[in-house]
Amino acid sequence: MDYPSITLRNIKEPDSHKINTYLKSGGYKGLTRVLDDMVPEEVIGSIKRSGLRGRGGASFPTGLKWEFARRDRNFPKYIVCNADEGEPGTFKDRILIEKDPFAIIEGMTIAGFSVGAEKGYIYIRGEYVKGAEILRKAIKEAKEKNFLGKNIQGKDFNFDLDVYMGAGSYICGEETALIESLEGNVGYSRIKPPFPINVGLWDKPTVLNNVETFSLVAPIIVNGDEWFSNIGARDFPGTMIYSLSGHVNKPGLYELPTGINLKTIIYEFGGGIKDGKKLKAVFPGGLSSGCLNENEIDIPMDHKALAKVGSMLGSGAIIVINDETCMVEIARRGMKFFRHESCGKCVPCREGTFWISKIMLRIVNGEGKKEDLDLIKDLGQGMKTAAFCGLGLAAANPVLSIIKNFPKDFESHINDKKCAYNNK
Amino acid sequence: MVIEYVAAKQTSFDTTKALEIIKQYKGKRGSLISVLQRIQDAYGFLPEPILDLVAEGLNVYLTDVYGVVTFYSQFYLTPRGKNVIRICRGTACHVKGSDRIMEKLLEKLEVKPGEMTRDGNFTIEEVACLGACGMAPVMVINKDTFGEVTTAKSLEIVESHSVNKGEKK
Repeated sequence: MDYPSITLRNIKEPDSHKINTYLKSGGYKGLTRVLDDMVPEEVIGSIKRSGLRGRGGASFPTGLKWEFARRDRNFPKYIVCNADEGEPGTFKDRILIEKDPFAIIEGMTIAGFSVGAEKGYIYIRGEYVKGAEILRKAIKEAKEKNFLGKNIQGKDFNFDLDVYMGAGSYICGEETALIESLEGNVGYSRIKPPFPINVGLWDKPTVLNNVETFSLVAPIIVNGDEWFSNIGARDFPGTMIYSLSGHVNKPGLYELPTGINLKTIIYEFGGGIKDGKKLKAVFPGGLSSGCLNENEIDIPMDHKALAKVGSMLGSGAIIVINDETCMVEIARRGMKFFRHESCGKCVPCREGTFWISKIMLRIVNGEGKKEDLDLIKDLGQGMKTAAFCGLGLAAANPVLSIIKNFPKDFESHINDKKCAYNNK
Repeated sequence: MVIEYVAAKQTSFDTTKALEIIKQYKGKRGSLISVLQRIQDAYGFLPEPILDLVAEGLNVYLTDVYGVVTFYSQFYLTPRGKNVIRICRGTACHVKGSDRIMEKLLEKLEVKPGEMTRDGNFTIEEVACLGACGMAPVMVINKDTFGEVTTAKSLEIVESHSVNKGEKK
């Protein structure tokens, strides 16, 4: 059970957010190597061979993304870090930002060197005030030591970073909506293609990666791509931070190899279900992933396996729920959240989240009808088929998976007009 | 509620600070959200007469300014309490009983979510996920985060910020 710790390796150090602590623990070795001995193509080659995939949820191969941006001859180019962590159940990025900001900054700087960008933005959600302060200080310190700014470490390479604060919107975690927001607009997602990699911020090539992805870049350069590709699952190597929350004895962040069994995480690392209760449901990848029942949790945390049971890996946010919880109320709250966060641009999402919310409220209030479940399934399927962006495509997952896995919870609300668990 | 109404309809504001902020961003593309954030920091909320100045100063349509202000949940068109309480209602906090905490505090402060108390001391709001699910249920008051909150603990925290106990921040 001795697993390598990469992104979380520094967080327990006191003052881990200061540049001297970072340098002492081997920080900026990656960037130094890149600037001294490598050309951009070699860096991209190394990231490609490492097999690194984005940790924000979509798992796109990072090296490939950088290569596309490198090849585009449209300048200037931008590097953007998606720190708009909003998926209910996810809290890894906040810790990385507050405890190890230089790992993110170093990763972004290496990305800038690789694709030929001189400017980067960290888009951080408005709620993370402390994180934004720490990042701003870190950027200042990095500039003082010439790890950011003009002629970095005496080399012919300029790179500058800014922190940009969001203003409270879940949809802005979607990459094209994030770019709109970065341009000062309402966060409506854009149609794809063209992808941000060619037409992104101010219509220029833009590399957008998640906080955790950037944090993994420098360690790959320092320890070698082969080292990284040998950790965890073959087609999705490395470590991943799992945010474990809900009814477990030891909630928290666990950095473990990719593809590890979900049951192992919950019982061996999370210490099992709190107060000796029974496990009822698990959301393996945040609220929008759709839940699993107790018979489905003996499963590797891997895209294919989770897709087979109708769920997804997402950002690795595991929410564990015990058998004294009413799943109908979880479904209702989940849909209320998506209804609030739906930007209103496309009909399936705007109307779907609105009407499913209304029907769910009716069911919870004891006024539900038998046909309601079919109506929800119908609306949900419409959203999954026709919504414009990831929010609408995933918004029906919680309610649909709960109807599939826990029909009994619905029956008591609809037939007996009351909650079988007394938690509404 | 009376305070809220009067203040929101107030038409004379000291515009110095707002004009100063707008001037700094003049001609910079994509600065609308940043300008609004800084004005809100200065005034506590976004007074409507000042939005006119923003539109004019940044050369954007007033409708676009209102579009942005009403789209993002962290922009406020009405004054807010001195202490802002945020109760996380995300999934992890929900399963740990955050609904009871919310209920209790609303009852104690006699307000609805998003409203300011009569004395102007508190605003309480529901938020979706604060990114601290490991210590659910979570509540935040101003900049301080509290984890594993119970109803009793939440009342204590609020009490320590109430006017007669001496203000914090």
